[in-house]
Formats: sequence, structure tokens, C-alpha cells
Amino acid sequence: MSGLKKILGLLWIALGPVIIVFLFMQAADKIGEAAEGIARTNTTLQWAIIILIFIPICTGLVIFGYYAWKGEYDHLPESSEEL
Amino acid sequence: MRSTESNVTQSITQVIAASSLGTLIEWYDFYIFGSLAVIIGQQLFPSDAGASALINTLAIFAAGFIVRPFGALVFGRLGDLIGRKYTFLLTLVLMGGSTFLIGLIPSYSSIGYAAPILVLILRLVQGLALGGEYGGAATYVAEHAPVGRRGFFTSWIQTTATLGLFLSLGVIVLTKNIMGAEKFADWGWRIPFLVSILLVVVSIYIRMKMHESPVFSKLKAEGKVSANPLKESFQKRANFKMVLVALFGATMGQGVVWYTGQFYAQSFLENTCKLDFNESRYILLWAIVFATPFFVVFGSWSDKVGRKWIMLTGMLLGVLCYRPIYQYFLDATNVTEMQKTMLLSESEPVIERGLVPDKADSLITTTVTKTLTNGMTFKESKVEVITEDVLAEVPAVQTVIKDVTLSRESYIMVILLVFFQVVLVTMVYGPIAAFLVELFPTQIRYTSMSLPYHIGNGVFGGLVPFIATLIASFQGSTPLSGLWYPIGIAALSFVIGAVYIDNRRDENVMD
Repeated sequence: MSGLKKILGLLWIALGPVIIVFLFMQAADKIGEAAEGIARTNTTLQWAIIILIFIPICTGLVIFGYYAWKGEYDHLPESSEEL
Repeated sequence: MRSTESNVTQSITQVIAASSLGTLIEWYDFYIFGSLAVIIGQQLFPSDAGASALINTLAIFAAGFIVRPFGALVFGRLGDLIGRKYTFLLTLVLMGGSTFLIGLIPSYSSIGYAAPILVLILRLVQGLALGGEYGGAATYVAEHAPVGRRGFFTSWIQTTATLGLFLSLGVIVLTKNIMGAEKFADWGWRIPFLVSILLVVVSIYIRMKMHESPVFSKLKAEGKVSANPLKESFQKRANFKMVLVALFGATMGQGVVWYTGQFYAQSFLENTCKLDFNESRYILLWAIVFATPFFVVFGSWSDKVGRKWIMLTGMLLGVLCYRPIYQYFLDATNVTEMQKTMLLSESEPVIERGLVPDKADSLITTTVTKTLTNGMTFKESKVEVITEDVLAEVPAVQTVIKDVTLSRESYIMVILLVFFQVVLVTMVYGPIAAFLVELFPTQIRYTSMSLPYHIGNGVFGGLVPFIATLIASFQGSTPLSGLWYPIGIAALSFVIGAVYIDNRRDENVMD
């Protein structure tokens, strides 16, 4: 199980930037498709909100993956003294 | 011995009642906005905004969820510094006050874009308050609960989110039925917001009488209260890694299952399936009534078998079942196809004439009510625009289906399918308060558990209606495309939870 936790850690590290790039590509695509004027402003605003929210979360996923890769989750704490 | 046990039970019953009532009211305040998104969108945005008014209103609704983690940080820190009781008294006042004020905001036609901006500000206050509330209530109850029954007692707090939604739907349906649809859409939608102030006053009175958590009081008396809970929670690597695993392996999946089952289901039935306003709400009300006891069932069961697999099974069933369930919703309400072979009768057409907003063109709407052989009814409107410009291209007549009511068989089946989704909610949500409480030490518990809970529940879950509606509006997408968001998030959380989370229960939360 420890081996699996570590290998999956690499996947989480990679997944963070992949999601962000995917979101930027989707944003560019959808904003480009929107009609000029209020529709484009709305679309830009919606995608800006989504990207702003998911950047820190994806950063958290990369850190989580790094901890997993380093074996930090091989043993979970059993009391507060371990925290 | 028996008398002491009885006193403990009595005192925890009072603790649960007081904490739950406040949390229930906070959820009520929060959900009336989402339940009235369509009407509020019409009031807050220009009348010709169309679908973007709904998406923008859902974005304002989502904004309240997005700030919840910040509320968790601010009030979690306060809770770990000055105590649980006073902190969630403050959150209740903020929540009740902002809800009341939303009920007083003038519409777009009176004050223009100031209306959505003011509502957005009040939604942000609501989100901050809710971010502080839940962690306090869950921690407070868990710190009073006897060893081995923490899942059972905290699951009562978990029921409040669903009961708050139930109460909000009940008040809305009741108000609308008493006033009539027209008056309700005009100004009656404000009543559920204004009524909440009475509930908040009662809850504040009850909470004022409560005592501080015994565990926190002991910690304070010993001078062991954390000097900087934020720093200890997130800068200390050993604790931060638990915050991350709680977020990605549990609360993220729990959040999307929660909002898909209880919120997106109703939004989908009303906006995509064009179900009648009351019918879609009655379906959810019935489903909630029958499913709510399962919060306590799964919470209690998690004391015996552990929290992990109950929560993860709920997520996995969501991943596997959402698409077939929503496909059934679409098929059961596809009246356009059904009327080709099952049309029984058609009412006399009602013709309304008007003007296209901000243009000189005429608008003719012809509406007929149709009944099918299986008992279903719906309204079909043909909307025709007559332009003044004789050279203009003749626009096609647009057909709009609305106010669909189901056949008896489909009605029962849809209730069962929504009920099943709410049972999944109870599986992921029932044990989670005890799970989070047991993950962190007393000194920084309020802060540490609040953040992953609110990012998972508020951000991932709260964005379900907004992102799913947005995805479904993309070119080439189907009405089911929006489901890929909750399915993807729940699947990811299931894998992380299965691999990284431990099924053991920490019997000692006094440390």
C-alpha cells in the first residue's frame, strides 16, 4: 500500500498543473465563442472566477502529491502527540 | 450510576438541540436564496438578460460558498482562541442580519446594478458566517459526546443542513400557495427572507443559555489554548498533511454528492425537465422526509464499523448511478416526444400580446394546456415576434414547454430516485463531523477541521449548480453533460480516500 501511495503521489503532482492548463484552454475557447458585448463580459467573469478558485486548490493537490511521494502518508498519526 | 448517565444524556440532548437549531436556521437562510434563484435573477438583473440572469444569480449563490473557507479561518481562529460558544453566537447574528437585509433590497428596476452588488455583499457575509458556524457546532457537540457514540450524536448536527433545506422549501411553497404565483414573483419572494429574523432571535436566546465546551474550558483553565491556531494548523507540516487528506479524500467528494443529490436534482427537474414549480419542490420534500433519518443511522453505524467505507460507498454509488438517474428524469419528462402518440386533450389557446423589451417589435404568445393519456399535463407556448421592419428576416416561431406535471407512476419513481440520492448524501455526510473532529487535536480543532470541510463542501459542492449549468450550456453538450463535474470530483475523492484514509476511530478527542 505504501508503494501505491507514493506512485499515486506523482499522479497528483502532475494532475494539478494539467487541470489548470485545461481550465485556461477552456476559458480561452469559451470566451472566444461568446458574442461581443455583455455575453463576452459575462463569460470572461465566469471563467475568471473558476480559474481563481481552482488555482489554490490545484496547488494544494500538488503539495498533497508531494507529501504522498515523500511517504508522509505511510503512517497516519494515532494521537495528538504525533501532530 | 444510572442517574449520572441520565444527566449526561440529558445534557448532551440540550447541547444537540441548541446547536442544531442554530445550524438549521443558518442553512435555512442560506438555501432560500438558491431555491429562489430564478425569481431573484428576474428581480436583480435586466429583464432581457435571459439565461445569463440565472447563471449570474447562481454565480452570486456560489460566491457565498466560495468565501466559506475564509469564514472558517476567521471564526475557526476565534473559536480556538476565545471559545466555541461566543464564536457561533456571532456567526448566527451575522447570518440572520444579512438574510433579513436581502429581503429588503430594491429590485434592478429601482436601483439598477446596485441591486445585484448589494445582494452579492450580503451573500458574502452569509458565506463567512456559515463558514464559522458548522465547525463550531460540530466541535461543540463532539466535545460533549461520550466515547464510542460520537458519530451518533454529531449526526444530529448533520441532519440540520437537510432540514434547513426542507424548511426553506416548505416556507417557499406555503408562501407561494397563499399569495399566488404572480404576487410571489413580484414581492412575495421577500417573505421567506424576512421571516428568518424571528427564527434567529429564538435561536440566539437558546444559545445564550449554553455553557462553553468542557474540553475547551479545561484547556483554557490549564492555559493550553493555542496562541496562533492558524499557524499551528497550516504551517505545521504534520497537521497540514491531515488537512489535505481530509479535503481531497473526504470532504471534496462529500460536497459534490451533497449538492448533486439535494440541490442539482431540484434545479435539473425545474430548469431542464421543465417540471412545475410546486411539483419539483414536493418531490424534494418527500425525498428529504424519508431520507433524513438515515443521517443518524449512518452516523451511529460509523461508531461501530468506522467512518471511511460508509462515506466512500456513498461517493462510489453516486459516480455509478448519477447518469442513469438523470437520464430517467429526462425520459420521464420528454413531453415533446410523448405527445406524438399520447395526446388526450388540449385546452383553448390563451393569447397574450406584448412588446419585445427595449424594441418596437410585437410579441405574441399563444399558450395551450395539454393532457396526455398517462395523466401528465404541461403548457406549450408558441412565441412569435412580429417585426416592424418589413424587410427583416421572418423569425421562426419558438416553442416553449413549461409547468410539466408527471404521471402517478413517474412521480413516485422520481421521488424514489431523489430519495436514493439523498440517502447517498446521508452516507457521505452523516459520519463526516465525527471523522473530522477525530482527525485534529482540541487546541486547533475548530480551525483545522473547518477549512477542509468548507473548501470541500462550499467550494466543490457549492459550485455544482453553477458549473453543471455552465457545462450544460456549452455548444454540443447534452443536458447530462453537467453531471461530469460531480462524477469526476467524487471519483477522484473516492480513489484518494480509499488509498490514503484510515478506517480507525480515535476514541480520545480530549487531547
